[in-house]
Amino acid sequence: MSDTQGPMWEVFLQKKAGQPFVHCGNLHAFDKEMALQNARDLYTRRMEGTAIWVVKSEHIVASSPEDQGAFFEPANDKIFRHPTFYQVPDIIKHM
Amino acid sequence: METYNFENIFEGKLAKNEMIEPKDWMPENYRKHLIRQISQHAHSEIVGMLPEGNWITRAPSLRSKLVLLAKVQDEGGHGLYLYTAAESLGTSRDEMLDALHTGKAKYSSIFNYPTLTWADVAAIGWLVDGAAIMNQVMLQRTSYGPYSRAMIRICKEESFHQRQGYEAMTRLAFGTPAQKEMAQDALNRFWFPTLMMFGPPDAESPNSDNAVKWRIKRETNDELRQRFVNQTVPQIEYLGLDFPTNSGIKWNETRKEYDFSEPNWVEFKNVIHGNGPCNKERLQARNTAHKNGEWVRAAATAFAKRQEEKREAA
Repeated sequence: MSDTQGPMWEVFLQKKAGQPFVHCGNLHAFDKEMALQNARDLYTRRMEGTAIWVVKSEHIVASSPEDQGAFFEPANDKIFRHPTFYQVPDIIKHM
Repeated sequence: METYNFENIFEGKLAKNEMIEPKDWMPENYRKHLIRQISQHAHSEIVGMLPEGNWITRAPSLRSKLVLLAKVQDEGGHGLYLYTAAESLGTSRDEMLDALHTGKAKYSSIFNYPTLTWADVAAIGWLVDGAAIMNQVMLQRTSYGPYSRAMIRICKEESFHQRQGYEAMTRLAFGTPAQKEMAQDALNRFWFPTLMMFGPPDAESPNSDNAVKWRIKRETNDELRQRFVNQTVPQIEYLGLDFPTNSGIKWNETRKEYDFSEPNWVEFKNVIHGNGPCNKERLQARNTAHKNGEWVRAAATAFAKRQEEKREAA
């Protein structure tokens, strides 16, 4: 059945300047202006954010659960990327 | 080549209390169960706007009108969160709305009861939203990610709904004798329909088994109902109202819980199957609203298309 409700959009909110934009949900809207207004009405009724991004859901590129291993496991055995891997004498400060 | 046993991966995630996300493999019945439950939940939010909306123009003060408007707007928002959560499972908004409008899909039976007085609006906030919160707090930990995220948002907003209802109830209960009587009458009429909101007794609940196995629900209908009664009885006592007619509320010293009478489950079935006091009115109101919005959707589609063409031409 074809949908008469407009395309789906993803909504990202920034709580206040300086903080990251975080995904908070999605909604239907017919164009980008309406998507922004709907996001304001739907997701910031209680000052949850002071800036909004909206993007059409079809433009999101996502990794697949089946690829999770191949995609993320290579980072597992590279503990030398963490600072605690390295020995520094106790008397050395500020490091 | 590596092969996957998808069912084992799914079961493993549930066993470890991990969430299932839209792109994960899931059993077809799990998907179906969720679509049914989430869409019915969304319909309940939207239909729930009607009995309360009925009082917006007649709210007794500007303050109560503002509060009621904000609450009804929240319910609309809750419906939208839930519809998109259901859509992530592969159904469409149109399909769900169509199921609601043709009477194929169910919504919470409580909204088929009328709001006869202002005290009914207060009772709905206090009791109906109170019962809904009890269910929704549990559903924050449901196994399907988008449903859980919607529930967390909803619970944050919902506690204002219950508190404003109880506040309105205290004003009536501590008001004139006529106001107190109105409060008592609302409590009497909404008590059993509220208890029905938790669904049929565990022994007769057709969908409960799988829901608990799949961690969609984490507690049974009867467990939630008992907790609601335990929590609500002291709130009735504070108001100085009598226990609702035939409610059978009595402290049980052995169980350390309140005993109470079961609602009339024949009435529950009748209301679910379309024969409650307001079923026809509610469905008609939804259908009319949808039909009246048709030109708006058509105009918005045409406008979006024209904007798109202008951008391409530029």
